[in-house]
Amino acid sequence: MNDSYSKQYVVFTLDKDEYAIDIQRVVEIVTPTAITRVPKAPGYIRGVINLRGEIIPVMGLREKFNMPREEKSEDVRIIIIKVNDASIGCFVDSVLEVITLESDQIESISNYNNDESFDFIYGVGKLNQRVITLIDVDKLMY
Amino acid sequence: MDMSQYLELFIDESKEHLQSLNQSLLELEKKPDSMPTLNEIFRVAHTLKGMSGTMGYSKMAALTHDMENVLQKIRNGKIKVNSEVIDVLFKCLDALENYLQSIIKTGAEGEDKYENVIKMLNKLLETEKTGDTNPFVANTKNQLPPLEHASASLELDEYVQNVINKAIDMGMNAFRVTVRLNKGCVLKSARAFIIFKALENNGSILKSDPKVEDIEDEKFDFEFTVVIVSKETSEKISKELYGIAEVEEVIIDPIYASSVSEKNNNQVLQNEAWELEGEEEQVKEQKNKEKGRARKTVRVDIDRLDNLMNLVSELIIIKTRLEDIDVDDSNQGYSEAVEYLERVTTSLHDAVMKVRMVPVEMVFNRFPRMIRDLSRELGKQIVLNMYGSDTEVDRTVIDEIGDPLIHLLRNAADHGIETPEIRASRNKPKSGTINLKSYHDGNNVIIEVQDDGNGIDIEKVRKKAVEKGLVTKEVADSLSEKEVLDFLFRPSFSTVDKVTDISGRGVGLDVVKTKIEALGGVIDIETEKGKGSKFIIRLPLTLAIIQALMVVLGEEKYAIPLNSIKEIIKIKPEDIKLVQKQEVFLLRNSVIPLIRLDRILEVPKSEEKEKKQATIIIVRKGDKLTGFMVDKLIGQQEIVIKSIGKHLSGIKYIAGATILGDGQVALILDVNSLAV
Repeated sequence: MNDSYSKQYVVFTLDKDEYAIDIQRVVEIVTPTAITRVPKAPGYIRGVINLRGEIIPVMGLREKFNMPREEKSEDVRIIIIKVNDASIGCFVDSVLEVITLESDQIESISNYNNDESFDFIYGVGKLNQRVITLIDVDKLMY
Repeated sequence: MDMSQYLELFIDESKEHLQSLNQSLLELEKKPDSMPTLNEIFRVAHTLKGMSGTMGYSKMAALTHDMENVLQKIRNGKIKVNSEVIDVLFKCLDALENYLQSIIKTGAEGEDKYENVIKMLNKLLETEKTGDTNPFVANTKNQLPPLEHASASLELDEYVQNVINKAIDMGMNAFRVTVRLNKGCVLKSARAFIIFKALENNGSILKSDPKVEDIEDEKFDFEFTVVIVSKETSEKISKELYGIAEVEEVIIDPIYASSVSEKNNNQVLQNEAWELEGEEEQVKEQKNKEKGRARKTVRVDIDRLDNLMNLVSELIIIKTRLEDIDVDDSNQGYSEAVEYLERVTTSLHDAVMKVRMVPVEMVFNRFPRMIRDLSRELGKQIVLNMYGSDTEVDRTVIDEIGDPLIHLLRNAADHGIETPEIRASRNKPKSGTINLKSYHDGNNVIIEVQDDGNGIDIEKVRKKAVEKGLVTKEVADSLSEKEVLDFLFRPSFSTVDKVTDISGRGVGLDVVKTKIEALGGVIDIETEKGKGSKFIIRLPLTLAIIQALMVVLGEEKYAIPLNSIKEIIKIKPEDIKLVQKQEVFLLRNSVIPLIRLDRILEVPKSEEKEKKQATIIIVRKGDKLTGFMVDKLIGQQEIVIKSIGKHLSGIKYIAGATILGDGQVALILDVNSLAV
């Protein structure tokens, strides 16, 4: 295995911060549609949507990160990702672009913080002057 | 050669063969002298050997090969079938199953050579060392059956002989054609079919060995022989056959009117005598029959069926949507068209559902073996009777029902049926009986597991419930038998000591119940102390499309499966009473608990108007009733059940979701978990 590699990421925003998800895990990005609330679901699950006949649970990444819900906006998107072979949608404030990061542009931060709720952050990507938080989607659901 | 594309086929077929091996072995144990059964076992072992050899699974082939040797001895009467032999054969079967499991998981047969099993087989062989080895056994040292060895000629019975004589009289030629396929040929039956077609173009096939059925089922190695009469010369036929791909060798020998019954060892193929034991039918008839049957079944990938089902589901959604569109009543043509569409989609749905139906036999099949092993393990005599194994259930149900049934059967064998001594002292027949029954009842399938053993001691369960602190003694004493039996399904009861007589092996009855409820079913117990107990499982026929009642709570729409709804009533708010903090109301003099769905589901409050009347849906859970209060009824609708996804699968109160005509998602309520 080569030590250095480059990977593509989908960059999105929550509040003013930039985050990114490995593009391999992203199924598609859709504009929000009618959502059905699911009683007794965890607080960050906003409900389920119908994506061409498939029913997909959708969570608010803001709630997941202990932020207040976003305001209504034209830019809000749902990023559909695959976790454990099942699709799940994530509400984000907006989707910006696709970037490529080399491995040396990624700094691990796993020991920064002992707070468990930040387990799903596995590093920070540095691109020019931007600092982008990289999210480990496998840890998002747990 | 790359075999990966045939792997699935191999796995499917091996599964079938192992299953039939299992059944035949059980049969053989009961009737040790049954030649047809023995032949069937031999045939299956042989086919497995060929298949696994072709796929390059040499360990599997080696094992089946040794197995075949033993079977051959049994057939020759050199080894007597006793329980020891059967045990060894079962061990082989287990080993083969393990190989197959490993192949399914990893694509390779794994490292284990099951040397102990092979040793046992060899030991059996040694016990009868007469030196008089059958040529067939001697020859099967290779992994693949040798093609060269000859044993017997293709016998021509009188009928075929007559036909040949007549044909020759008419100036036609009769040939015995032996075709050998290339060893690399994978779709042998397809190739054989092409060869048969070619032969039929040139004349008529009178007889074939192996039989046509067997050839079409790939139950032959790489050679087969047919007897044909034709106007053509042998050269022309030979040329035509060589023109077919993967044909390695063609041997054509003329048959003369006088030499019809003569045996010619040079021209025959490997022709195991046992294959000829059954009465050979007249070839023509056989051929026609076979043709008819071959068209009847098609093996289809389950994914394709699911896809078809999904499309039908989408169609039903669209149909519902069309029905919802308000059109001018005067537009008769439109409503007629929609009605017609409705009829067509309903039939289409029925048809697709039928395709997905499989007999419960698929699950039941493995039980005789399990009970056999259990009865040996436990030192009890147990007879398993299965009834209605042809009852058909949707595939989705079949996949899930196996584990709960295994659990119930184990319980019955372990804790239900007594040891022979106790049975004798209770004046019961020495061997215990477990009845496994399945039948249709309306839109449900009923599966019953009944034993004639101990039964459940209700008083003991009652005591245990108090001990466990589940209820106070006063309450416990006032509970009916049925309510007491319900304790058995509590999770904490699964680990109780022997007192209840149904302590599980790690998994409890609560797991069984959860599983069955997840399938939309219910489970009941009937028991009589000392006489036995009966577990009754009631399952819906299908899980894919159901009739549901759509209701409104606040701003949200929910679906309630129609089969659990008993009736809908309206009551006045003042009729609702409070008993022990539980709201109840009276329905024809029985007290029914009331659940306000909007509260339990935490529906966001809409403007609450004090209504004069409340709509109550009475639902059934087992034989208890519960009232659900809803805001509004929309009506009955056919809905397609969809999963709400792995990530939300554990959510309480929700059984699934469905897509409404307008594309919105509505959740399906889980009546079992909502009802009290």
